[in-house]
Amino acid sequence: MSAAAEQETVQEKNYLNADHTLRSWLTTTDHKRIAILYLIGVTFFFILGGLSAALIRLELTSPTGWMLSNEMFNKTFSAHGIFMVFFFMIPAIPAVLGNFLLPLMIGARDLAFPRLNLVSWYLYAVGGTLVLIAMMMGGVDAGWTFYTPLSSIYSETQISLTLVGIFLNGFSSIVTGVNFIATIHKMRAPGMTWFRLPLFVWAHYATSLIMILGTPVVAMALLLVVLERSLGVGIYSPELGGDPVLFQHLFWFYSHPAVYIMILPAMGVQSELIACFSKRKIFGYHFVAFSSLAIAVLGFLVWGHHMFISSQSVYLSVIFSLLSFLVAIPSAVKTFNWSVSLYKGSISFQTPMIYALSFIGLFVIGGITGMFLASIRTDIHLTGTYFIVAHFHYVMVGGTVTAFMGGLHFWWPKISGRLYSEFWGRISALLVFVGFNLTFFPQFILGVLGMPRRYHMYGIAPEWLFYNVLSTAGSTVLGLGFFLPMIYLTHSYFKGRKSTQNPWNAKGLEWEKAASPPITVNFTEKILVTEDAYNYDAISDAAQALRTMEKRGQLAVVDDEDAWWDENSEDKS
Amino acid sequence: MNFWNNPLWPEAASKDAAAHDKLFFTITGLSVFFTVLVCVLVTVLAVKYRRGTKADRTNPIDHSTKLEVLWTGVPLILALGTFVWSARLFVENRDMDRDAMDVFVVGKQWMWHLQHMDGTRENNELHLPVGQPVKMTMISQDVIHAMYLPAFRAQYHVVPGRYTELQFTPTKPGSYRMLCAMHCGTHHSEMVGWVHVMEADEFAEWKEANGDKNRPKAGSVIEAGKMVFEDKNCGSCHTGENNVKGPSLYGIMGEQRSLANGQTVAVDNDYLRLSIIDPTSQIVEGYDKTMPSYSSLTEEDILALNAYVKSLGNAGDLVPFERPGAPVPPTATAPDSSTDTANRTASPSTTQTEDEIQ
Ligand code: HEC
Ligand code: HEM
Ligand SMILES: [Cu+2]
Ligand SMILES: [Cu+2]
Repeated sequence: MSAAAEQETVQEKNYLNADHTLRSWLTTTDHKRIAILYLIGVTFFFILGGLSAALIRLELTSPTGWMLSNEMFNKTFSAHGIFMVFFFMIPAIPAVLGNFLLPLMIGARDLAFPRLNLVSWYLYAVGGTLVLIAMMMGGVDAGWTFYTPLSSIYSETQISLTLVGIFLNGFSSIVTGVNFIATIHKMRAPGMTWFRLPLFVWAHYATSLIMILGTPVVAMALLLVVLERSLGVGIYSPELGGDPVLFQHLFWFYSHPAVYIMILPAMGVQSELIACFSKRKIFGYHFVAFSSLAIAVLGFLVWGHHMFISSQSVYLSVIFSLLSFLVAIPSAVKTFNWSVSLYKGSISFQTPMIYALSFIGLFVIGGITGMFLASIRTDIHLTGTYFIVAHFHYVMVGGTVTAFMGGLHFWWPKISGRLYSEFWGRISALLVFVGFNLTFFPQFILGVLGMPRRYHMYGIAPEWLFYNVLSTAGSTVLGLGFFLPMIYLTHSYFKGRKSTQNPWNAKGLEWEKAASPPITVNFTEKILVTEDAYNYDAISDAAQALRTMEKRGQLAVVDDEDAWWDENSEDKS
Repeated sequence: MNFWNNPLWPEAASKDAAAHDKLFFTITGLSVFFTVLVCVLVTVLAVKYRRGTKADRTNPIDHSTKLEVLWTGVPLILALGTFVWSARLFVENRDMDRDAMDVFVVGKQWMWHLQHMDGTRENNELHLPVGQPVKMTMISQDVIHAMYLPAFRAQYHVVPGRYTELQFTPTKPGSYRMLCAMHCGTHHSEMVGWVHVMEADEFAEWKEANGDKNRPKAGSVIEAGKMVFEDKNCGSCHTGENNVKGPSLYGIMGEQRSLANGQTVAVDNDYLRLSIIDPTSQIVEGYDKTMPSYSSLTEEDILALNAYVKSLGNAGDLVPFERPGAPVPPTATAPDSSTDTANRTASPSTTQTEDEIQ
């Protein structure tokens, strides 16, 4: 049998159609199938989180509220934060894209501990179910931050059950982290040296370190809240001899690093996208790789910046402020490196690249507004206001969700073996960018004007109405931008054109050596790595583009949808 | 209110608001510069080198230590500069002016209790003379709140179980918002009110007209503290001098205390509070655990006791105040009228009726 023929038959049987029963999915240890299970989970929670966000935004179109009670409003934003942070953002990139791609990228058959991988999904699923049950039993109203003693003594909502759910979910991410680290250390194919690893892998390595070191702390902190609630053990409540601010220390000791759990994998995705769509090596590979580690380490030393005004000593605050300024530097370095990677590239604007370029713009704003908060004097005025809400949405939605969407589109042909509509892809990427800015930029102004977050009513300052309405208007555009991909990606999964193995002409083992979709054991041949990551050749790519243009009699744009898919799609017939 | 008439910047009405705003604008300037720089760079490169153009792509560079040092170094220096500037303003802001006018704040779900040194009490409203430095001593009766005064660029958390402080100097007469900026439960967004800054003579007039009726019978905060002290019979153990039953409380504020467990602590509001509600947690050297716990005292009572203890000079000058009138028990707490909405409307009201207070 010739190699090509073998390729074809192998492609017939892939990880998706290897077995069709529900049981085969629920008991799978294939990292790719587990990634799909996670994708279903995070999409589900993203939809729930999105619906609750819509409810919040609608309610705020009147200074005095018009459809929700105070209790409902508080429960809604608490649900929004809990779904989005713990059950969408934290697992989104690592557990979906990371799970799917790490073994493929390093030339391995699976993760180091496939069964543990399945365990981690079950922890996630059970945790998520408990939280859903808690929501159905009345929900929680203390916010996703669960500040004590509100959460431990005063709130009469389903705090304990929710916390147990989040606790389990925390273990899911610890388990994933352990699995990733072991995999990256032990399972690299021959020739895949540390400095040949794609930056996506570096980013996940750094993320896993944070998951392992940080998550146990928050898990314990939350469990102590449960103990105080149920057994009256005095830990956080001053009435019981506890210290309410202790909770904030424990919580942010994890949750600040956790924002890097959310953004570092996004940075990894970003590096892959920029490289592929500019057909260039990432500028300053080593600096980008080490900045991930620097962020992971420094990220553990800045938690006190959430407590500048919660009775922390002045000197401690000053030190935390200094460290917070420092932690911004590696992120700035990365941004410059991505930008300059475009230099002398051959840049095309496919959907993933539009997301990648949005990412740069939004992440710069998100990161730079962090400077206002690292700066202690200005933080006094801004903390607790909508400025914070805008800041973290620029980072978490503008950064992480944008990268997740970009990555999902980029690897979609690999994951599903199908192509989606490039037209709708670009439209929705632009909708997300425009809608996002319209939703969240006005919130910076609201914050500066002094509107506290988590405010149900602002009758005291009706002049805040305008920006709130603007924000709500933007959120409908944003919502549409997120809704469309759910439709056309689902459609493409069943009906889309078949993709070739490597539709983007991308480098990387997952594109060059594995079929689309990959077979269960990932590769048919033994992998031997002989070149660095991102060994792209912009010159020949540009030349090829010119040739195609000539052939098609075009003057300029070559990457319109048809031309692109003509070059790359399988069923050209 | 005009829907289209929208401010971009909040009013600035305190002494260090201008310094804050200058720092804010500088960071804004730097931010805009870097954001525009990156966006322009990305746009120019993306257009110039888009697929299909005939741009020169030969000799690409993959790394440059010089460039890396440049774009690590420049932001680093700017960040450090901003840090120093900001930290200095912060330290200044948090360096409490001991001579400032005292205002006592008790936060509770969901209202602000404020009390002037002379005993005048207000709820969700505060009247202040312009130009007078103010220091708030704050504590929460339940969950964490945050006293947020945007026009003064001032904010600090109000925590249960410990005192926090906030200072500012209003510089412009007017009415400014007083908000709770820490999620504190169901009616968090209704825990709002106004600070009315007035010219000195107006303030005096206001005191004249409203102060008395808002003032509890006990008189000033110190007098109220004295009444609690007598009421609870603290004096039976704490006389003017150290004795077997209890240590003297005269002149102890700000002093160092040696404890039975060998530690030395400074006597401050927090120490006094803990000594009263949980005496066994810190036993003064040479004494036994005989002091009963007064954990049922309200935060207002304890604040008053603290003020009283602080006012006690040396053991010599006993009884700094005459007790006014009949021994009415101090009514330092207003009964819980937590959800009155009268003063949460858009237009600031300047007076309050007795009903709202009591
Ligand atoms: C039964 C006697 C007794 C009574 C009544 C009493 N105390 Fe005490 N108090 C003590 C003793 C003994 C100590 C020293 C041991 C300790 O620190 O608990 C003390 C310590 C203190 C201290 C710490 C003083 C220091 O020098 O560090 C304060 C403050 C105090 N008491 C306030 C009060 C107040 C206010 C009341 C009334 C509400 C009160 N006490 C009632 C016996 C008493
Ligand atoms: C897509 C990923 C998103 C993530 C990860 C996310 C995350 C968060 C988090 C962590 C909070 C803080 C919750 C709290 O204060 O307890 C929050 C608040 C908020 N989010 Fe989102 N969010 C996302 C999308 C959105 C969208 C699309 C909208 C608007 C349409 C939105 C609107 C809001 C609003 C209005 C608040 C403030 C609630 C309040 O404090 O009153 N979010 N979000
Ligand atoms: Cu942080
Ligand atoms: Cu509040």
